[in-house]
Amino acid sequence: MEKNIVIIALFAALISALGLVPKFTLASGIPITAQSMGIMLCGTVLGSRRGAKAVLLFLLLVAIGLPLLAGGRGGLGVFGTPWAGFLFGFPFAAFAAGLIMERWRSDNIPLVAGCAAVGGGIGALYLIAVPYYMVATSSGLNEALVTAMLPFMPGDILKAILAGYITAGLAKARPHSLLSRA
Amino acid sequence: MLSLTSLVKSPYHKVPPGPKFFLLMIASIILFSIANIYFQAVAMAFVLGLYLWPGWAFFTSGLRMLWPLWPFVVIVFLWHGFTQDTQSGMIIILRMISAVALANLVTMTSQLDEVIALVTRVATPFRRFGLQPQILALSIAMFIRFLPVLIEKGGLLVQSWRSRSTRPAGWRVVVPLALLALDDAETVAEALRARGGIAPDEI
Repeated sequence: MEKNIVIIALFAALISALGLVPKFTLASGIPITAQSMGIMLCGTVLGSRRGAKAVLLFLLLVAIGLPLLAGGRGGLGVFGTPWAGFLFGFPFAAFAAGLIMERWRSDNIPLVAGCAAVGGGIGALYLIAVPYYMVATSSGLNEALVTAMLPFMPGDILKAILAGYITAGLAKARPHSLLSRA
Repeated sequence: MLSLTSLVKSPYHKVPPGPKFFLLMIASIILFSIANIYFQAVAMAFVLGLYLWPGWAFFTSGLRMLWPLWPFVVIVFLWHGFTQDTQSGMIIILRMISAVALANLVTMTSQLDEVIALVTRVATPFRRFGLQPQILALSIAMFIRFLPVLIEKGGLLVQSWRSRSTRPAGWRVVVPLALLALDDAETVAEALRARGGIAPDEI
């Protein structure tokens, strides 16, 4: 029980730290941070329930006013934009990624974790973020896809692939640390 | 740790966070239910007035917090310019700025400890659904304690990478950083158990 609580708090802190530490730039020039990769890792490493709880804790702390999102953003205001569907989708993304890891019991961890990160961090996330954008701006599907999905897609695919390799690296270094497979 | 609470004092700081969150919720519902450009323009002028009331210093710090919104304004503006539907574009932009500015105002004028106390209080009725307020408070405390530690360790990892390689560290430090978090979790959980752990009736 203690370990569950501590690991949820620490992974919530890890998501925040990833928003600050490694920043890399895509070939297209769009700077991306590893924060949404942190969301994917919560699912692939901690599993569905613990992963979603870590993300919920992170979002709660953003909402109460800590500047934890990439770029030092935070507070209730970040939930007021039409793109807030991404934030609301984060816990579902971690849950879906964790669920795929738990159910697909192949030993090829990079492949399974990569697919789980794509399924959760892209599939589940955009399933919430795109309709949210459409409702918030009364727009059609085309507009939502161009303005809410396209700019983030290349970075998210790259992050999902990296999340797969990172999860595999963790599984190799600490075989028992992969709670999604416990 | 650093929070977004404004150091420039305003009359809003004296209002407890509970009523402020409630008013924010009502104001957001009104903003999102009226799609009229004149209403949205007046609403934004009113919100700017709320920022101006405590003085110029408060106003400018409010503007600084709103600044990260500009890429979103540009995207909405470009799209609606492209589809020649500028009026609905302006409604979306005005509404977004007002809603975010109001929410920022609550964040800027509420002390972190007051908000954490409010969250714990609000969470109490959810006890029957398995959400334990004291566990939530413990998780928040651990997060606030461990975030600076993780950031420092991340910084050290980046530094040690730089001392060995001419290429930037990038994502390669994430594996050791996550490993450090996992190991820390193990140690802290053991320390908690050694001190009596979390009582079963609290779980």
